[in-house]
Amino acid sequence: MSEEIINAEGLTKIFNKHLVAVDHVNFEVKKGEIFGFLGPNGAGKTTTINMLITILKPTEGKASVLGFDISKQNNSVRNVIGVVPQEYTADEDLTALENILLCADMYGIPRKVAKDRAEEMLKLVELTEFKDKKVQTFSGGMRRRLELACGLINRPKVLFLDEPTLGLDVQTRAATWNYIRKLKIDYGMTLFMTTHYLEEADALCDRVAIIDHGKIVVVGPPEDLKHSLGGDIVTLGIKEDVDVSDLISKVENVKEVKKENGSYRIKAEMGEVTTPFIIEALRRKGYTVSKLSLTEPTLNEVYLEYTGKSLRDAEESREAFAAQRMALRRARQ
Amino acid sequence: MSESNGNSKSKLHGLWALTNRELKKWYKAPVIFLLSIIQPILWMGLLGKAMNIGAIFSGTSIPLPQLSPALTPVQLQQLGAYFGQLQSTIMQGAFNTTDYFSFMAVGMIAFTALFTTMFSGMSVVWDRRLGFLDKVLSTPVSRAVIIFSKVLSATLRSMFQAGLIIVIAVAFGLQFGATFNPLNVLGVFAILFLVCVGLSSIFIAITIRSTRIETPMAVVNLINLPLMFASNAFFPTKFMPDWLQTIAKFNPLTYTTDAVRQLLIFSTDWGQLATDFAFVGVFAVIAASIGIVLSWRFLSK
Repeated sequence: MSEEIINAEGLTKIFNKHLVAVDHVNFEVKKGEIFGFLGPNGAGKTTTINMLITILKPTEGKASVLGFDISKQNNSVRNVIGVVPQEYTADEDLTALENILLCADMYGIPRKVAKDRAEEMLKLVELTEFKDKKVQTFSGGMRRRLELACGLINRPKVLFLDEPTLGLDVQTRAATWNYIRKLKIDYGMTLFMTTHYLEEADALCDRVAIIDHGKIVVVGPPEDLKHSLGGDIVTLGIKEDVDVSDLISKVENVKEVKKENGSYRIKAEMGEVTTPFIIEALRRKGYTVSKLSLTEPTLNEVYLEYTGKSLRDAEESREAFAAQRMALRRARQ
Repeated sequence: MSESNGNSKSKLHGLWALTNRELKKWYKAPVIFLLSIIQPILWMGLLGKAMNIGAIFSGTSIPLPQLSPALTPVQLQQLGAYFGQLQSTIMQGAFNTTDYFSFMAVGMIAFTALFTTMFSGMSVVWDRRLGFLDKVLSTPVSRAVIIFSKVLSATLRSMFQAGLIIVIAVAFGLQFGATFNPLNVLGVFAILFLVCVGLSSIFIAITIRSTRIETPMAVVNLINLPLMFASNAFFPTKFMPDWLQTIAKFNPLTYTTDAVRQLLIFSTDWGQLATDFAFVGVFAVIAASIGIVLSWRFLSK
């Protein structure tokens, strides 16, 4: 059994006595893994992370981080965790180095030690040459890396990342993933992250918990979750106006056939091997396949399967929210 | 502040780091710094020199020949001199000094303290909106330190500006009282420290709950000028209507201003000065306790 870093039992947060943000969630995070909370805006991801990092008190249930109870031993928890918040919290009027040293002061790290560590962290996130530049001149990617450096200044055993690539472009996002992977591989750090990007959960997380309406609907490694759906998705249409569902379902390895809008959505194991057999079976009866597509299941299919809706729909509102926040930040300057 | 054994050093460290962060925004931004110096000069120039109340009562400002055509030039001259004496007596009686500018310049000190501390509360809203507050809350910094750093930065800023006002006022012709001693300036800073701690605690308690900058702005705009004019900062309370005098009697700015006047421009009445310090001291302790308790409860939600 690997060591448990985080353990949550029946963790619940109710705001204003009736708004249930997090509803009795149970999960554990093992040493050295990247554990992700995946879900749309308002699913309870940030509320969960805020309880774990001790800035919100749970209404019910309990959780521990490195064996410390988040309610009763909150100061011990604060000493051993690192936090990379969703927002860019670095002070724009200060330089990158000043910001990191400010974080160090929050932990009471002596100035001399803090300076050495700050240099190390700046090197890690490749900001050394910008250390004396004011943060207001930084791009989104640089700010995100600076947040990462700040979150690491107390050498945390576990790092919490809330939406680590929110609002970043695709290239910067991929670069940020590399820094996160480096923490896991080179430093053996345990990471807890939240995201609403399917690709991010897929690319980074060792295990994913899909959360919807404050409840965890399923937990597991992304590969396992995808396989649990029972294989690939084949979508095909035929020229003839006949229902051939029964015929298709008799083909070996076909798990499920659904007729939707004139085409067939087929769940099949080993899709690339099974598809030729389906076409052959149809051709033998004289039907002509007019269109065909084969997709491997993504986490979106997993999400769809467990919550009954597509995560991409929920994503739209989130992007608008991020844009709004950026506008606010600009207005401040 | 609660300081548990072993890491008291780290807690003080956090206090200065957070305070200095606020102050840096001010002294490292040349424009803001310059404006904060120019502002009191403008106010003093406008209010103090434009409202030359003393001149109203002087013999030269009253058209004596038209008022009393029967008098001879010698009598008029005597009457003029009499009015001149009367002016000094009126001013002394009303303002406790013959120079309104000196009276009002001291009022400016309280005025600056009020405005600087009020706007210090606004930074709490920004820290909340931009997520900085949450980040600090996830570190082992004491919750009291977070609040007190705001109070302290506002206080230090106000005290710097008050010091500046004294220097400028002297340059503009402030007349020190007969019993003035340079050490009295320390007393001025002491009373300012107390009132700023009290005022900023209140404003932070008001702002810490709001997520919108507009709410505390509205509150501040509602209470700042009434608080200012319901005190003796610009005009003695004894000529005010009773109801206003009652308000002024509970206004800490009245006692702050009086203490500064006792120390700088009046012949010090030590009994009155002790009352001033006692009132402002009690105000600071109560306001800081309420502010810190409310903010603390809010921060550990």
